[in-house]
Amino acid sequence: MSLQELLQQIANGLVVGSVYGLIALGYTMVYGIVRLINFAQGGLYEVGAYLGVFFFTLMGKFGLQYPIPAVLITLVISMTLTGALAFVVERVAYRPLRNAPLLAPLVSSLAMFFLLISVVQVVTGAEPLTYPSVLSPAPLHLGPIVLSPTSLIIFFAAILLMVGMQQFVRRTKVGKAMRATAANREAAALMGINTTRIVSLTFVLGGAMGAAAGILYGVNYGTVTYDMGEFGGLVAFTAAVMGGIGNVPGALVGGLTVGVLSSFASTFLPNQWNEAIVFAILILILAIRPQGILGERVAERA
Amino acid sequence: MSLLRVSDLRVRYGAIQAVRGISFQVEEGECVTILGANGAGKSSTLRAVAGLHRPSGGSVTFGSQVVTGEPAHRIARSGISLVPEGRQVFGTLTIRENLELGGYVQSASANGEALERVLGIFPAFRQRLGALAGTLSGGEQQMLALGRALMTRPRLLMMDEPSLGLAPIVANQIFGILTEIVGSGIAVLLVEQNVHRALQVASRGYVLELGEVVLEGTAASLLADDHVRLAYLGHGMGEAE
Repeated sequence: MSLQELLQQIANGLVVGSVYGLIALGYTMVYGIVRLINFAQGGLYEVGAYLGVFFFTLMGKFGLQYPIPAVLITLVISMTLTGALAFVVERVAYRPLRNAPLLAPLVSSLAMFFLLISVVQVVTGAEPLTYPSVLSPAPLHLGPIVLSPTSLIIFFAAILLMVGMQQFVRRTKVGKAMRATAANREAAALMGINTTRIVSLTFVLGGAMGAAAGILYGVNYGTVTYDMGEFGGLVAFTAAVMGGIGNVPGALVGGLTVGVLSSFASTFLPNQWNEAIVFAILILILAIRPQGILGERVAERA
Repeated sequence: MSLLRVSDLRVRYGAIQAVRGISFQVEEGECVTILGANGAGKSSTLRAVAGLHRPSGGSVTFGSQVVTGEPAHRIARSGISLVPEGRQVFGTLTIRENLELGGYVQSASANGEALERVLGIFPAFRQRLGALAGTLSGGEQQMLALGRALMTRPRLLMMDEPSLGLAPIVANQIFGILTEIVGSGIAVLLVEQNVHRALQVASRGYVLELGEVVLEGTAASLLADDHVRLAYLGHGMGEAE
């Protein structure tokens, strides 16, 4: 493989990896607060992508076709609606089980995942849907690398959302309350923090990030399919674990790592090997660093 | 009218009745201690008052408000602060963030004043505000938990086993600070395994056995009580300290 091809594969991997990172953010934030892998996240990602197609098409009918405002409006509306859906998921599938053994909410979140993708399939039929092309397809030449302007924007939009979320959690008062709730839920309640509301908020933010990922994916690759939530959800879960589950920057690092790895795998081997390679490397990384790349064993509660 | 009135409080964990209908009061500015062996129901009582565990019966009145069964964050906002057993500081957050979270429900300016006052009580934290709470020693964590509770500007401070697992010299420091807090007019409800220390700082006490109050009185009368001396102070009449 030439250097040019190598760089090109890295660039492609970073673009798709940034989308995985956004989905992973939802897994990792919810896990950080309630120690639950919310498998519904893959379904929320898919629902977000389909809401995106719907609103894009709707706006096209009303003559709003300028790409940037259309993308922004679609993002805001779909993220809000998907966030609301995540709120319902928390109410229905998590809250009634919060004092149950951990396996119970895990299974109910898996049930939610299948429910969401089944609903998408029933409502839209099993046919793939096409995203309207938003930007001119003329490729950009960045030194030896060729990228579409869309994928460049996707990459930066995803990074911007992740960094924004990280700053929100680090700097704002609500973000501090989220970290306090994650560190010690009872003690957070003793500070006057309504931890039930913080849990809801975390699900909502995670769902909104998943929706953003779904739309960015659709805009970049042009089609969405009813089973995209399965692969996307599983790979992003891998990314979250690889980066260090519960760790917000870890979601980004894990996402980009998985993206680049799967991009390499598809260069050297037939496509069918893609997932096998990604998961083999996951096992390898976890064997060396069980806490993930950025995960840390914190000396808590001396 | 008492600041805190607990009547016929019952707490149950599954099939286990941890507290079997106890009643007690804490007056404004007073330090009261609850004594008893492990499993007597002391911690369960504090947790029920703080709203961490819903009582199965009885009532808790704070000031003029009935707070029985309210969620913990509402009770905290009404002016009751619990320093829980085992400190429970936010280990992954800095000292500054831990203290600021104590002032979570207050305005930024009130929070700034409270932070200055708390740093006046615990000057050692001033230089180390950026240190992670999880890296502190047990005694430092206890002080941080106490400082964090004071940041909430409580009218009633409840402390669950503040000296547990601490070296005697550190425990002495904690009790010194506790005496100052009582002196400043904040009411304190104290659960403490070291009965002697507890009765030095408290003015009154209740003795719990198997979830029931078996004895109550002033600190002096409890210190002189034969049952207390034998069961909790580990010596009989006339024995030296």
